[in-house]
Amino acid sequence: MDLIVSLAINGLATGMLIFLLAAGLTLIFGLMDVLNFAHGGLFVWGAFSGVWVYNLTGNFMLGIAAAIVTGLILGAITEFLIIRPVYGNHIQQILITLGLMLVLGELIKVVFGPEQKSAVPPAFLDGSFMLGDIILIKYRLFIIAVGIFIFALTTFILKRTRIGLIVRAGVMNKEMVQSLGINIQFVFMAVFMVGAAMAALSGMLMAPYSGVIYAEMGLEFAILAFIVVVIGGMGSFKGSLFAAILVGLTQAFMAYYVPALSLAVNMLLMTAVLIFRPEGLFKVKG
Amino acid sequence: MSNLLELQQVEAYIQQYHILHDISFEVPKGEVTVLLGRNGAGKTTTLRTIMGLNQASGGSIIYNDKEIGQLKTHSIAQNGIGYVPEDQGIFDNLTVGENLKVAMKKEDEETTTRMEWVLGLFPDLQKFWKKPGGQLSGGQKQMLAIARAYVNENELLLIDEPSKGLAPIIVEKVMESIQQMKEQTTILLVEQNFLMASKIGDRFYIIDDGQTIHNGQMDELKNDKALMKKYLGIA
Repeated sequence: MDLIVSLAINGLATGMLIFLLAAGLTLIFGLMDVLNFAHGGLFVWGAFSGVWVYNLTGNFMLGIAAAIVTGLILGAITEFLIIRPVYGNHIQQILITLGLMLVLGELIKVVFGPEQKSAVPPAFLDGSFMLGDIILIKYRLFIIAVGIFIFALTTFILKRTRIGLIVRAGVMNKEMVQSLGINIQFVFMAVFMVGAAMAALSGMLMAPYSGVIYAEMGLEFAILAFIVVVIGGMGSFKGSLFAAILVGLTQAFMAYYVPALSLAVNMLLMTAVLIFRPEGLFKVKG
Repeated sequence: MSNLLELQQVEAYIQQYHILHDISFEVPKGEVTVLLGRNGAGKTTTLRTIMGLNQASGGSIIYNDKEIGQLKTHSIAQNGIGYVPEDQGIFDNLTVGENLKVAMKKEDEETTTRMEWVLGLFPDLQKFWKKPGGQLSGGQKQMLAIARAYVNENELLLIDEPSKGLAPIIVEKVMESIQQMKEQTTILLVEQNFLMASKIGDRFYIIDDGQTIHNGQMDELKNDKALMKKYLGIA
């Protein structure tokens, strides 16, 4: 029983990290109809900038703040310079954002050096405690709590605030939102920045979880995030949470019981969804 | 009477297709101006071009003595033009209340009064306040679309075929509501239902093949059977 709980917590923590990455991706796709393959690059920049500040100051929360700010700035620059000229053209979006992904990965090596960096959880999140016979690792619980908090906060903003109302309306009918006097371009940029900040936060939280960060890890996680977005339904925020937890749990259990199939099982899951429910488990109505 | 909106030799393309060749008309303040014409004549494109949803490639669009032809859609709307598109543009997953709230530019006393007035006009919207827009009937959606354009203090409403696809009894209701709004705002109406248009319109313009080819007072048109037959196909 304690093994199952431990694996479940492991899976949930991984799922939450993937969710933070996928949530930005799905919001950006849902509202802006943009396929952003550079999302993994924003993730890795969040990890490196956050860890750099964390190691420099010894303050983990400052590291998180640095990662978020990096995400916001890179998000604004990316939307303005790279995405804006290719709205409405998926082929160009894929090519240009894939190119940006490579550039962001290489720039990491230029700015922070080509070697891996290590990161450990801060003292207050280090170690574990016992609950009955079950060992609970503090940092994993922290990641789960952050994921739940971000989901609750974003859901609150989307459901209960005017800006959230505008974003939800914009997902359904952009022309009509503009016709109501709302500057959708401004909303696009804000959503892109928030999505990028979520990716960067995910990268920073990932660092002490995995222990090491490296420039290529963005692509690995971006693939998982795309799997989650496809399974959850393109543009569905709730779907991303559900699918991320599903992928995280599946990966954790398969990694223990059938390690050779741990990544393949997610691909199989995505294939099954594409065959039987191509719009994803949570369809977004246009 | 001064003109609130004036189009002068407006041209517009949709992709490579030249849809509007020479659209010129005036919308006097406080009146209902009706654009008539056969299917595909360019009426909807004209409204979309005024709203900036299609870019005008020539001519000028003057609203309240200001050129708005090159403005973005949201700026045009902020200048006081409300738009009810042909497909109503309802946000299907938002409730009736949310559809109205997203349109509200302000939450002041004036907007609240307008909201109360429009809910009095369309009691169904109050009744189905928490129902998703996508689950409303065609008539209710049309009422919601009109209410959404009216809830702000817009000086001009552009309404595109409000009777389209609606049962006659609902058309009556929609017509009544536009008639009541007419007392408070200027309206540019695109309508194929001549009976409806002739009852609420003050003046008309006929559009054919992307050009305004005839205009006059609505009463004149009602008595000109030859013109009605020639351009509107009404015997």
